[in-house]
Amino acid sequence: MQVTLKIFRYRPEVDKTFHYETYTLEAAETDRVLDVLERVKGELDGSLSFRRSCAHGVCGSDAVRINGRNMLACKTLIRDVGDKITVEPLLGLKVIKDLIVDMEPFFDNYKKILPYFINDSPLPADGKERLQSPEERARFDETTKCILCAACTTSCPSFWASDQYYGPAALVTAHRFIFDSRDEAAAERLHILAETDGLARCHTAYNCTLACPREIHITKAIGELKLATITGKVG
Amino acid sequence: MANIHQFDVVVVGAGGAGLTAGLYASRTAKTAVISKLYPTRSHTGAAQGGIGAALGNLEEDRPEWHTYDTVKGSDYLGDQDAIEFMCNEAPQIVYELEHMGLPFDRTPDGRIAQRPFGGHTNNVTGKPVRRACHAADRTGHMILQTLYQQCLKNNVNFFDEFQVVDVLIENGKAAGVVALEIATSELHVFHAKAVIFATGGHGRIWEITSNAYALTGDGIAVALRRGVPAEDMEFFQFHPTGIYKLGILITEGVRGEGGVLINDKGERFMEKYAPKVKDLASRDVVSRSIYLEIREGRGINGSNYVYLDVRPETVNKYAALDGRTNPDGSPYTVTGEQILQKLPDIIDFCRTYLGVDPVTQPMPIQPTAHYAMGGIPTNMYGEVVIDEKNTVMPGLYAAGECACVSVHGANRLGTNSLLDIVVFGKYAGIKAAEYANGADFTPLPADPDGFARQQFDRLRNNQGNENVFQISQEMKREMFDNMGVFRTAETMTHALNKIHELQERAKHIKLTDTGKVFNTELLNAWELTNLLDLAEVTTVSALARQESRGGHAREDFPKRDDVNWLKHTLAWKQNGKVTLGYKPVVITKYQPKERVY
Repeated sequence: MQVTLKIFRYRPEVDKTFHYETYTLEAAETDRVLDVLERVKGELDGSLSFRRSCAHGVCGSDAVRINGRNMLACKTLIRDVGDKITVEPLLGLKVIKDLIVDMEPFFDNYKKILPYFINDSPLPADGKERLQSPEERARFDETTKCILCAACTTSCPSFWASDQYYGPAALVTAHRFIFDSRDEAAAERLHILAETDGLARCHTAYNCTLACPREIHITKAIGELKLATITGKVG
Repeated sequence: MANIHQFDVVVVGAGGAGLTAGLYASRTAKTAVISKLYPTRSHTGAAQGGIGAALGNLEEDRPEWHTYDTVKGSDYLGDQDAIEFMCNEAPQIVYELEHMGLPFDRTPDGRIAQRPFGGHTNNVTGKPVRRACHAADRTGHMILQTLYQQCLKNNVNFFDEFQVVDVLIENGKAAGVVALEIATSELHVFHAKAVIFATGGHGRIWEITSNAYALTGDGIAVALRRGVPAEDMEFFQFHPTGIYKLGILITEGVRGEGGVLINDKGERFMEKYAPKVKDLASRDVVSRSIYLEIREGRGINGSNYVYLDVRPETVNKYAALDGRTNPDGSPYTVTGEQILQKLPDIIDFCRTYLGVDPVTQPMPIQPTAHYAMGGIPTNMYGEVVIDEKNTVMPGLYAAGECACVSVHGANRLGTNSLLDIVVFGKYAGIKAAEYANGADFTPLPADPDGFARQQFDRLRNNQGNENVFQISQEMKREMFDNMGVFRTAETMTHALNKIHELQERAKHIKLTDTGKVFNTELLNAWELTNLLDLAEVTTVSALARQESRGGHAREDFPKRDDVNWLKHTLAWKQNGKVTLGYKPVVITKYQPKERVY
């Protein structure tokens, strides 16, 4: 089938402002949007720039806007989006070139919520694993799936308004640790989440949940965090 | 003049090996980790099934059994001292990962859950043993995230989206690396006392591969250009179960949970090739079996793929025939819901890319280029050794897939790569920091970034009309057709001639992007030169080895030949020419014998 791609282009060394370019090529309906982007770059215009690595939805490099929605280009097939495809960079982060945005504010927000396991208690005397029941492990399973692709955070109107807002991805990571029975810093993290740029900026637009390529129920996870800040209870 | 940075230890690559090395080195030395990707984009995150360690959480298991299985899996080409070291270290490093917060799945009594994997056995009964410690089917993702998080906690210095382009060696010692900042195309010199390469694999040489776009063998290629050899490059693993046409990996954990391979006649054909462990034989054995079935016309509808079937009714039927039991002795059965819970990502991949639901339909699969057993030669402390006598190059270290210790020999067992990256990443980090703390900086050469600058100037100013994408496609197709699961002198010679042609043509690549900001076309062109060099070294090493062993299967030399070929290949590339040497395999407890599964 013939596919028409309209791609956002901005080369900072040449262009004063952005524009769109249209490319037409033959593709199969089972091709990934990333496959088609690769072919545009390889066969039609070598200057087109975008990030990609694993090409099957686990590394989080190629989150872009496809027909207006945040998706991973490698996890979206032509048959999912049709033969007229508009590809644009994520919103809310500065465009550096073409589909590449500045990820630093995103990772800066991630770092705010102490995104690492904290447990300063002595290890088990036998040196083996800390015990955790399958039920305790299941409690935070979903939020361990996050690949930090930023599809959620850059779909959030509150993040568009202020990139100081931690954003859904950082909150998902906070949830992963706060609800881990082995972690000991829940109170500290809940305190951080209670700051102005934390949970209060989530107005439950649900965009994040719709955007997540890992199908994490982000709004639900944020809801659980909000409840925990009110009750002080984690469970 | 380039930007100059100074660190005691510089780690190149931020996958599992690089992050582990960075984490341990940073405890005692000023350490930087540079990576062409954001660390969490590294391909460790794609590893699915598990990390091998004889914890014995669900049944009896011992590090000695793990050692023997790995030696046997390597087709006796692995160095037995290093294998024993890795398998003995395995339980400790898995506990360390748990202590860092890694969310392993759990047994009913709260311990780390384990599942069977190909080639891992109870050495008394010969039956598969539960040795793979797992976090659903995203174990690598959890390892990568956990290590990155701990590095942040420990204030490791990261240089994200910096592409390594050269390693500096002065007076026989490592003096640092040169890297290109992708956002600006500026060159940076990292002056260091110790350098650790952890740059991953090079599966992008082949057309059908499980490997990420980023896996272009940069570390091995850069080291080769500075006179460091590459070891055992002819041994590259084709994983039996890649998604048909796409190559995306379907974890061996699917077969660990009871999935079976089925041909066009509906037969479970692995019974013929590996009567004892069947679908859980070593990967090289299973990949060859699939090829043979396809060649004899038993691919699905006569095509070049077979089915991997994990539907509950299929799993339960064959589990009953095999007499498979749960740890409590009851018969092993699964439900669709349990399959979904244990293999969520696999099911997601199949639904997304194939429109197939593995709970109700079989998955079309074919072997996919997966893992480099070969790489930069090291000893078991990650120190790079540069000749037949294992002479250490001071200050240079390598760990993970880009290194060849060698613990995988001619064929790697599933779950041993995640183990490799954390065990040898850890020791490379510790040893590099120790070395750095007792050493002075080797002075930088004059014009330290000169060699790198030359390479990039040439790529920018090439005259001609060749295209990066086109050459890359031709290389991949050639290597998959002629340097794949089965090889002969004829196919390999064909491949070598083609590689030489492509290397010439690559000198005439014309770039359309002349900018400096995120010039990914320029980087792709440079990565292609790396892939072509490694394809050449792989093919030359393979042509010379006149036997079949592990991942190197020659139809013109179908038998293993321990008299002449029980030795490691070393390949140097200098003045445009590949030369070969050999060094002995370390054999301690296990004399080579025929390998039967």
